[in-house]
Amino acid sequence: MTLPGVEATRARIVAGTTSAEANLRECLERIAALNPKLQAFHTVAAQSSLARATELDALLKSGAQPGALHGVPVALKSNLCASGHETNCGSRLLAGWQAPYTARAVERLLDAGAILVGMTHMDEFGFGSSGENSAYATARNPHDPERTAGGSSSGSAVAVASGMVPLALGSDTGGSVRQPAALCGIAGFKPSYGRIPRHGLVAFGSSLDCISPFARSVTDLECAMEVLSGHDALDATSIEEPPLLRIASEGALDGWRIGVPRECFDAGAGSGLDEGVRTALEAALRRFEQLGAQCVEVSLPHLRHAIATYYIIACAEASSNLARFDGVRYGVRHTAGSSLAAMMSATRERGFGAEVKRRVLLGTFVLSAGYHEAWYQRAQRVRARIAQDFEQAFEQCEVLVTPTTPSTAFRLGEKSSDPLAMYLSDVLTVPASLAGIPALSIDCGRTQGLPVGMQILGPARADTRVLRAGRAFERKNA
Amino acid sequence: MSAAHDPALVSPRTGRRWLAVIGLETHVQLKTRTKLFCGCEYRFGAEPNTLTCALCTAQPGALPVLNCEALALAVRAGLALGADIAPLSKFDRKHYFYCDLPKGYQISQYDQPYCKGGGIALASGRFIRLERIHMEEDAGKAIHDRGASTLVDLNRAGVPLIEMVTQADIQTAAEAFEYLTLLKERLQYAGVSDCDMEKGSLRCDVNISVRPAGEGWRTKVEIKNLNSFRFIAAAIEHEAWRQIEAYESEDPAQYPVQETRLYDPERNQTRTMRGKESARDYRYCPDPDLPPVVLDASFLERERSNLSEPADSRRARYREQLGLSPADAAALTSERAASDYFEACLRSGIDARDASSWIRNELLGWVGEPELGLRDFAQLPISPRELSEVLELIRSGRIASNAGRKLLRARALAGPDGPGIAALVAQLGLEQVQDDAQLEEWCRAALIGKEKIIADYRSGKEAALNALLGPVMKQSGGRAAPEKVREILKRLLSG
Ligand SMILES: [Zn+2]
Repeated sequence: MTLPGVEATRARIVAGTTSAEANLRECLERIAALNPKLQAFHTVAAQSSLARATELDALLKSGAQPGALHGVPVALKSNLCASGHETNCGSRLLAGWQAPYTARAVERLLDAGAILVGMTHMDEFGFGSSGENSAYATARNPHDPERTAGGSSSGSAVAVASGMVPLALGSDTGGSVRQPAALCGIAGFKPSYGRIPRHGLVAFGSSLDCISPFARSVTDLECAMEVLSGHDALDATSIEEPPLLRIASEGALDGWRIGVPRECFDAGAGSGLDEGVRTALEAALRRFEQLGAQCVEVSLPHLRHAIATYYIIACAEASSNLARFDGVRYGVRHTAGSSLAAMMSATRERGFGAEVKRRVLLGTFVLSAGYHEAWYQRAQRVRARIAQDFEQAFEQCEVLVTPTTPSTAFRLGEKSSDPLAMYLSDVLTVPASLAGIPALSIDCGRTQGLPVGMQILGPARADTRVLRAGRAFERKNA
Repeated sequence: MSAAHDPALVSPRTGRRWLAVIGLETHVQLKTRTKLFCGCEYRFGAEPNTLTCALCTAQPGALPVLNCEALALAVRAGLALGADIAPLSKFDRKHYFYCDLPKGYQISQYDQPYCKGGGIALASGRFIRLERIHMEEDAGKAIHDRGASTLVDLNRAGVPLIEMVTQADIQTAAEAFEYLTLLKERLQYAGVSDCDMEKGSLRCDVNISVRPAGEGWRTKVEIKNLNSFRFIAAAIEHEAWRQIEAYESEDPAQYPVQETRLYDPERNQTRTMRGKESARDYRYCPDPDLPPVVLDASFLERERSNLSEPADSRRARYREQLGLSPADAAALTSERAASDYFEACLRSGIDARDASSWIRNELLGWVGEPELGLRDFAQLPISPRELSEVLELIRSGRIASNAGRKLLRARALAGPDGPGIAALVAQLGLEQVQDDAQLEEWCRAALIGKEKIIADYRSGKEAALNALLGPVMKQSGGRAAPEKVREILKRLLSG
């Protein structure tokens, strides 16, 4: 399918080949046709988006300068706040909840002329890698609806992969954008930590959370990053740099060294890499060489601790971040007896799903007196070592290349009864989250008819470099 | 040590000597325009939940951003208390569930507070050491006494506080009282806080245990709900004796347990609030939303230079360099605004004793008078220059000294935008009459029918003149220049 991407959509509207309204109507028709089967959206804002499209068309007609995303329909993961839209975080506890404000990243999209089409399904509060932890519906992989679309930003990935919208936002805490992008055969970019302000993103693991875009090409991601990135005073952890600018360079990667971490291709390390995935990646590395790059083997010795480290830190922060869902101020309140504590317990007991409770308990445990040092603090030290591993690896290469996931999309239900197996499938994505470095997942081929994702990693803040490598690969591949 | 300084409590029943071990945890609200992590203002007594935003109501996705003004004031407090400011500190989350704590955690500082050490010297020379000072946000307020439901007001949520924790150096209720008085003065002078207990901008909890002289420390008890320094002293006194009696009962079941007690000022008693409990687990962790606080030398230098001279040093200077009495020096420094005003008077050339006596005998007393509507001294609308003008009018004899008082009150009543001194003098007709012809007319009128007094004077009783002065002043409406009246009367009587 050759559906217009972000740049093409805008270009056609600005050139008058189509209008924002006509283009949006096509998207809405597509959503109406596909969504019942694929379950990408829980809410489609048909009316408000059409009103907005008409407004944009009028604006263009009046001679106003069109924004960088003029007329581009976008979808949002349901953990992003957008005034007037339902940010339910995939949780029963927040059924129907609308934020009283709009996330800074969403505001930037809208200011650039994007049209907010709807809110997508996700694993509850971002806890999951298959979409099956949503309290509402599990999004399906467009390549095979019996298989997972990945998670937790499942619906946003499906919306882009199935051509419902050219651009969607997800959030990536340990791979929640890169993994579904890989499994659905599209591009997903987790920028450096702090590159896109987190203001208005419902927190999961605050030191890991990154708002991250999905698109069908790296060029489209770059287009989105120009709008989304840049310092914001409302997020104290946001990088104090202006928005990213694309480097207008062409294909070749002459003189680049592509680092290939031994540990990521070594099936013995527990990553259980599929043969098909390995073959696709090896072919991809050869294409990098054809672009003038040279592949070098590097080592990330602490990688084997990444999963444990990640789940300790992410759960600790999640248990803290989810403490606010107590039924006092918002959300669905359940009462039991007359005591405040009983109300809070009942609200959380009935509002949260099983995986949320599991992670809140894990996080509460690792922060408890007596266990804090052995678990949480030790994990913080290992995290620093993993970041150091990356720093050392980047002394030997410009970017690293790994598979995004050890296997292609698995069948729904296959891992849902085994949380540990599910956690282990994040082995290749969590290291970049722990180190806060930019990581791009792009499509690098098929095995048994299913997409294989390749991950390109760069040093902290070298977002443009990673995107440039991805764009070069994409051109070569096209 | 003299008997007066002996801190021991001697049991009337057993004659045993007991010592109290007291530590204070004082929370003070920083005088910032906005809250610690958001742009909301805070005003005492505002309508519930009108001073809130997405952050202070803990809406999902809202993020805290440190208020630099709060940080500056916190640092200034540390400097004013002689503490060490840490170049690197961080914020932590302190977790517990309660309806007035919107995020389910309070942002505080746990193992890396911004400030350590420092303290306050008491008049006795004993030094009360501070263990640490840290910044934290206040919680909201739960209101339980309005029907069946609990109401929550989040106006206070996120208000910036510093918590000052002393070492267990305090030995008596009197020392606790003195420490708090000096602490409040120090913080007010540093411009850090209003320290107004009635408005909740200063709160204090007491930790207290007792031990027989010469023995080790015993179980400590925390006392809360202390609404004034006087009650704090009373609660300490009461609690120390309660513990002594409990130990002297020799019944281990009666011995103090580690608990939190509430003070009831009406009965002058403490009672159990929370029973014996295992230490609460707050599951502290660094707040990932807030980067560590790095304070550089230039920032500290700037805050150091912003620090005003503390009250005790001003008092010493007033006594030793300006020759004021200890009582005057104390009165002038009772409020920083008054002391600042006094210093401004000196700068506008007013003599120290004059300034001191006008401030102490007149101006300070006007604060709180309903007619003038001055809530505190800082609101006094009379500038030092205007006071100096009035004093000059008196010195030159253009107005009488009690007309000066009248004039200043009129100036205070007129408010900050009111007419100036010269205009008020004219408006109120306060200028003394110096015109000889007019004065002589009043004097002659006063002599009519006063043959007895005239005879007395002429026979050498100089004091008899005073009896004539009164009627002249009365007739002139107080405006006749008394010295001149005296001269004219003498001239008329000798004629
Ligand atoms: Zn606020």
